[in-house]
Amino acid sequence: MSEMKRIDRRVALKWISSAAASMPLIGSGQDASSDSAKAPGGKGYGPDPDLQRVYQPGDLWPLTFSDAQRATMIVLCDLIMPTDDTSPSASSLGVHDFVDEWISSPYPGQKTDRNAILKGLDWLDEEAGRQGEKDFVSLDGNAQFAICRDLSILAKKDRKAFPGSFFRRLRDLIAGGYYTTPEGMKDLGYRGNVAVAEWTGPPPEVLAKLGLEPQA
Amino acid sequence: MPVIAPEDLKESYDAVIIGSGAGGGQVAYLMAMEGLKVLVIEAGRMVDPTREVAMFHTPNMAPLRAESTPDKQYGFYDHSVESGWEMPGEPYTNASDAEKREFFWWRQRMMGGRTNHWGRVSLRNGPYDFETRTRQGVGLDWPISYDELAPYYDKVEMIAGIFGANEGMENSPDSSPGVLLPPPKFRAGELLARDRAKKKLGLEVVPVHRAVLTKTQDADRVPAKLHPSNAKAQKLLAENMRMRAKCFFATDCHRGCAIGAAFDSMTVFLRPALKTGNLDVLPNAMAREVTVNDEGKATGVIFIDKVNGGEHHAKGRTVVLAASSQESVRLLLNSKSKTFPEGIGNANGKVGKYLTDSVSSSFSAQIPALENLPLHNEDGVVGQQAYLPFQKVKELLAGKLGFSGGYKLLTVSGRKLPSLSTGKSFDAVSEAEGIPFGKQLKEEARRYYGSFQGIGGQGAMAANDDCFAELDPEKKDRWGIPVLRFHWKFSDDELKQVVHQQETMAAILDAMGGRFTRPPDTEDPLKAVKEGGKTIHEVGGAVMGKKAADSVTDRWSRVWEVPNLIVADGAVFPGTADKNPTLTIMALAWRAAERLMEDMKRGDV
Repeated sequence: MSEMKRIDRRVALKWISSAAASMPLIGSGQDASSDSAKAPGGKGYGPDPDLQRVYQPGDLWPLTFSDAQRATMIVLCDLIMPTDDTSPSASSLGVHDFVDEWISSPYPGQKTDRNAILKGLDWLDEEAGRQGEKDFVSLDGNAQFAICRDLSILAKKDRKAFPGSFFRRLRDLIAGGYYTTPEGMKDLGYRGNVAVAEWTGPPPEVLAKLGLEPQA
Repeated sequence: MPVIAPEDLKESYDAVIIGSGAGGGQVAYLMAMEGLKVLVIEAGRMVDPTREVAMFHTPNMAPLRAESTPDKQYGFYDHSVESGWEMPGEPYTNASDAEKREFFWWRQRMMGGRTNHWGRVSLRNGPYDFETRTRQGVGLDWPISYDELAPYYDKVEMIAGIFGANEGMENSPDSSPGVLLPPPKFRAGELLARDRAKKKLGLEVVPVHRAVLTKTQDADRVPAKLHPSNAKAQKLLAENMRMRAKCFFATDCHRGCAIGAAFDSMTVFLRPALKTGNLDVLPNAMAREVTVNDEGKATGVIFIDKVNGGEHHAKGRTVVLAASSQESVRLLLNSKSKTFPEGIGNANGKVGKYLTDSVSSSFSAQIPALENLPLHNEDGVVGQQAYLPFQKVKELLAGKLGFSGGYKLLTVSGRKLPSLSTGKSFDAVSEAEGIPFGKQLKEEARRYYGSFQGIGGQGAMAANDDCFAELDPEKKDRWGIPVLRFHWKFSDDELKQVVHQQETMAAILDAMGGRFTRPPDTEDPLKAVKEGGKTIHEVGGAVMGKKAADSVTDRWSRVWEVPNLIVADGAVFPGTADKNPTLTIMALAWRAAERLMEDMKRGDV
């Protein structure tokens, strides 16, 4: 991809971003509903579900992604949570299927995300078209990363304006989907969720690092 | 187990108890152990925490990563079933929809009630909390003193199993020696908070009291203390105590506790009570009204069988209301008769009045000292371990703080089980140009995970004329029962308390070296305060008092007008202290049940 094209895209991205820079801690991006996103089918699990069953995406309600959308989501999973020295990528943990499950939810809470994600996937292919490629997955890795980086900056400037809002929710879902798997938890350094005979408090090296006395 | 259907009802019971939670479970336990024939009716289904809860499941095993939905409003793995703020066919209304004028009402339709959805924080009200009007000129005095209730706190602490420490702090009472179980060791963040708050602010961070077994209960000694000269009760209680394991220091109590380490009504009260053979429990029964005879005595309860919509009458010599404070208010108001045209207990118009909840706000910061700590398991007893009791009691009572209600601060930190929101939780401290993603996010996540410190404030609220419930003049639920309409308004007094909460939280976080991502909400306390009802500590509406003219029940929780009807839930509280209500509900219920049994023995009811 030429430098010229990148500058052009950045200018274009600027036009559609709002100047407002705000960064509240909580809350999800709000997008105007998109006509392209047909309401999902299926029913919820009801107020008294089987808590012990292990559920897979698609078990409770039909999924949405086409083959092409799913392929794009796999690429996005690995841009947002790539393999590194200590842990695997999001797609290897099936996070793309979680995103599909999420946007296919029959509950009202996921409707905004559904609209944003589906509209965002279209936008990525359109952006690839502007760069002379058929679709997002056909771009080389550097170009894909550059688009993500630019979107991440837009997302920080204005959490509500598309397409930054799309990227924010995409990142939230992929990173959150990743850290809620056993592999993701391990990478984060979570060492709990195991039964132990005694809870002895933080080990001595933790107290030493904090400069605190051992507990009585 | 005598879990019955409506057609199995006995002709009459010694007591018909509406509700199976902290209050109803406590009364059912005590009366069944003392040989009385008792019926508990519960609006939800039967529950077995030993078989149905999911303790170790990770979020990826649940639909939608176990996030909340309208069906499971505290998340998939929370043990609340058929529960929520909004329930299909069971509406309630609010008189105002202005900012922070709405009241939110959590309902829990399952055996054991809201003890299935509880942080298990179990603090005693302090002596001053019973004298709000006398000491501070606001709200209402209780008709009883701390000293009158203290022996009952000891009893419920012994049966439930409460960990904690006796710290000797003013208005945050100690328990009798040997009652509390040992508190868990503090986590890194709690130790840091304790050290810095003490050194820089002179504030004590101490172990919280919680209904979690950090040690198995003393089944050889406690039963004899609780049931002197009742060999059968001692044996059944000892057996039940031996069935409860101590905590294995993993998994959130809100998921339910299959090993019985965490308290819930089914595990601690109903299970042994059912073994007496004196208790029938009737699930899926929605109470509609308390019936009375021509002399104005309670005779039973009319309920709807939720399975088929049939209407039934359960009869008893006494009736116990323990449906949760506002559901009990609704039942009193809906129990209209020739004798009580405005509902039972409501001749003075006081039923529904004096609704209160904890005055709550929260604040958080990132603590650089907690970054990159050597990896270790920090689950502990998962959830609350430490807190700051209110420590400016003298200034408060002297009127120097500009508000009347104290507050406790609950510290929340640690390397907790990640959730879907973990992925975005590093944004505020990220050094990325945009929102972090890719390798940078993974690196920052490893650095910052577990380094956030939250503090939640929960403060006292005095009874007042602005906050109350009444029957909605038109709206009815799916069974045709009139619903409640709430009135709610935060006072300036409460909002000043919120400002002080925010300032103290910010000071503690600052003392810990915290990085703030926003300032505390001291300018706009109405924005900071949690909505009424949202802390799920709502009480009042059938308050106890010294005189029949200005209260609904007497000092023994007996409805003034109907002495064979007692209220055994939070409805009798004449105000909210800066302590959680459940332990006090159980202590009052024990005391009320004891008195009711004496009244029965004497033939007074």
